[in-house]
Amino acid sequence: MSKFKKKGDGDTPAISTASLPDIVFMLLFFFMVVTVMRDNSLKVENELPFADQVEKLDKKELVMYVYAGKPSERYQRQFGTEARIQLNDKFASVNDLRQFVLEERRTRREDLQNKLITALKVDKETNMGLVSDIKQELRKIDALKVNYTTRDGNVKFNQ
Amino acid sequence: MGRRKAPEVNAGSMADIAFLLLIFFLVTTTIETDSGINRKLPPIDDERVDPPKIKERNIFQVLVRDDGQILVNEDQMDIADLREAAIQFLDNGGGKGSQACEYCQGARDPKSSDNPKKAVISLQNNRKTKYKSYITVQNELVAAYNQLRNREAKRLFNKEYTQMVKDFDNPDYPGNKDKLEEEIKLIKELFPQKLSEAEPK
Repeated sequence: MSKFKKKGDGDTPAISTASLPDIVFMLLFFFMVVTVMRDNSLKVENELPFADQVEKLDKKELVMYVYAGKPSERYQRQFGTEARIQLNDKFASVNDLRQFVLEERRTRREDLQNKLITALKVDKETNMGLVSDIKQELRKIDALKVNYTTRDGNVKFNQ
Repeated sequence: MGRRKAPEVNAGSMADIAFLLLIFFLVTTTIETDSGINRKLPPIDDERVDPPKIKERNIFQVLVRDDGQILVNEDQMDIADLREAAIQFLDNGGGKGSQACEYCQGARDPKSSDNPKKAVISLQNNRKTKYKSYITVQNELVAAYNQLRNREAKRLFNKEYTQMVKDFDNPDYPGNKDKLEEEIKLIKELFPQKLSEAEPK
């Protein structure tokens, strides 16, 4: 045993790293809890415009998302470069919106069904024609609350 | 020699495993919540009601063209001036008698709006207008309303309107929420957001 005896104890002892796993685990649990996995992958380009007069959209259970924009590069050969709507995971046309909204309404709690907000995540280069069609369709099914989702920033960056 | 104790499992690599998981969750985390401009679309009327007659001076017509240029009452305007122009229009208070507006601080130009309660901003766009131009204009118009509401809220309740709305949405707000709701309603009545959107041509 004396083989391993230290020669002298003039050196400062090494800092114990025994609690390192605990610290890391703590961080790990934090991030696990706050992580929201993206549930639908984007198939359209989605660069949101900037605005600064915004309100937070934090009641997640009230929100349904409608994406619109040009198809991403790898879908362009199939779907062209004209702006399209994406609902859930699929490309859709304006006519599919009705079905989508009814479906979303059915999956929500009954007392929330009339308070649903449609978050329009529209790429900034999209023509308003498509957006107007979406709005018109939403009006027809009485989904009147919309939110134009934007990035927080000065509108000057939009140019 | 007696039986040896079972060797302890080496826990040295535990940290590595935990780090790996940590990095994975770090990368996939999105903490931020979405934010944007809230709007309420007008309901569709089945029977065509005659639109109420609105005097021309009470309408602030904004047209966003294909290239993002803005025409206000048919004159070209820079986007930087839009907010100020909208405020001047809303806050004009040119009305007399029952139409008068005591709290307005505008120029009281008889050619501009009578009263904020009568003033309508009409927003038009073409089908080829870019979404970003539309959002820019929406943002400026909402800003104009917010600025005026802030001013009135400061005068009446010594508090910014936007702060009041934030407090109202905050579940931990210590004050009286019913009272706050009343106050917000009052401010909204002083400057009602009358933003009408025509269908694009």
